[in-house]
Amino acid sequence: MTFSPATRALLRAFTGLVLLFVYAPLALVVLNSFNTSRTFEWPPPGFTTRWWSAAVESDGARNAIVVSLEVAVMATVIALVLGTMAALALQRFRFFGRDTVSLLIILPIALPGVVTGIALANAFLTMFGIQLGMLTLVVSHATFCIVTVFNNAIARLRRLGGNLEEASMDLGAGTFRTFWSITLPMMRSALLAGALLSFALSFDEIIVTTFTAGQGIQTLPIWIYQNLFRPNQAPVVNVVAAALIVLSVVPIWISQKLAGTDESVAAAR
Amino acid sequence: MAQQHPPPGGGAALRSGVLHRHPRLRLGLLLGPPMLWLGVLYLGSLAALFITSLWSVDAFGGNIERIWNLDNYRDLFTLDVYRTITVRTLLIAASVTVIDAVLAFPVALYMAKVASPRLQRILVIAVLTPLWASYLVKAYAWRGMFASGGPLDSVGISPGYGLAATVLTLSYLWLPYMILPMYAGLERLPSSLIEASADLGAGTATTMRRVVLPVLFPAAVAGSIFTFSLTLGDYIAVKIVGGANQMLGNVVYDSFLTGNNLPFAAAVATIPVAAMLVYLAAVRRTGALDSL
Repeated sequence: MTFSPATRALLRAFTGLVLLFVYAPLALVVLNSFNTSRTFEWPPPGFTTRWWSAAVESDGARNAIVVSLEVAVMATVIALVLGTMAALALQRFRFFGRDTVSLLIILPIALPGVVTGIALANAFLTMFGIQLGMLTLVVSHATFCIVTVFNNAIARLRRLGGNLEEASMDLGAGTFRTFWSITLPMMRSALLAGALLSFALSFDEIIVTTFTAGQGIQTLPIWIYQNLFRPNQAPVVNVVAAALIVLSVVPIWISQKLAGTDESVAAAR
Repeated sequence: MAQQHPPPGGGAALRSGVLHRHPRLRLGLLLGPPMLWLGVLYLGSLAALFITSLWSVDAFGGNIERIWNLDNYRDLFTLDVYRTITVRTLLIAASVTVIDAVLAFPVALYMAKVASPRLQRILVIAVLTPLWASYLVKAYAWRGMFASGGPLDSVGISPGYGLAATVLTLSYLWLPYMILPMYAGLERLPSSLIEASADLGAGTATTMRRVVLPVLFPAAVAGSIFTFSLTLGDYIAVKIVGGANQMLGNVVYDSFLTGNNLPFAAAVATIPVAAMLVYLAAVRRTGALDSL
């Protein structure tokens, strides 16, 4: 490489500082979840696991987690079906308006969440006359989750090419048979990666959610937000936040595993 | 034409055969459901939002009156408070984008061109991991950092809750969206090109400008779509660390939920849409949209 030792050292130091910037606040949340002080005194006067037991007991948090899981699973299933269909259509066919379609798929995440949220809420309330609730929430989440599945699926399809499918067709398998036995197995890890991303996106979403969930439904982000400014709930909210930080290692671990299978797919070609 | 020899397996195979012979039908069936969802429901919602912004509410119950008028837009453009908030939001979005680009470039360069393959893998994970941590939790984490008597305040460098805190928190939130495309772009740039540039007598600055920048620019633009758009629509971070300051998202949210004035909220929401459409149109020719 052509970078001088000084440049390299400078880049390394800068990268280290940015990573410190990235992780210091997260570390503070985890540390504060053990802080004996209700108001997160700094430096912590002492450490306790009291807030963690209080959080486990918290019905509000537990119910909110269940709602968030339900919404994320349903939105992801819809996104998987629609995203895969769109990817197959765009990768395997050339047609007029193809670029417009791909722009349309990224639009729900390219536009600010507040726009998507209020547009969908307005459509549900005034065009369809549906009360805001679970249905409208899942529909809204699926709308911006489609793109994650689509991106992963189309990248995989591009790499695979159509040879194996043609071979399958030549050997007498029909459209559906070929899809189930050839296309789908080859796409599996890409679809899983897309689904994982979609699940995380939905589980974490708050902006579109506040507009389209209505009053009765409390997802985990909504629960956190509503309790954020209540002093007596602060330690429990902080524990939930710390738990979410620690749990975010799980999808990273899974996606690394999936990346491993991706390499084996590439090797199998 | 194939009816003389119905394929074995009955209905499913027959349908499959029909599909096989009619690629357009296959395309229609594949594209139909996603297009109904995105093209009709989503685009329709956006269109309806725009139409609603041309209506108004009655003075008493907050019921929508379907009378066409431009009052909402007139208020938006003539009342100082909204002009201030619009300008503030655009400035915050621009600052966040610039800060992220400045922070992301050296990190992406180090990851792609200096770090060993093993370290590279670790750094990618280190950059990706915070993306999976909850958005709300990260904004909340900065509330703790900026708190009076908190870690930053105890060493005297906390700006306190306000606009500076908002810009910093938003830059923090969207930083990975800038690092990852830059890293991907730089990683595709063969190191031999950089070496060749040096061999041909170019200094570091010339190499950066003539070899690295052309790759970096589309990547930065792709990243900036996220940093810009996500900032334009944000109203949570500013509520958590921004003190009493408001952004466009707050106006939309308050008009919709608290003020019960959906048409005005709709009119405000068209500002970020217009800003994003202008931005997307401007960057379309850089080819950045293909690398999303």
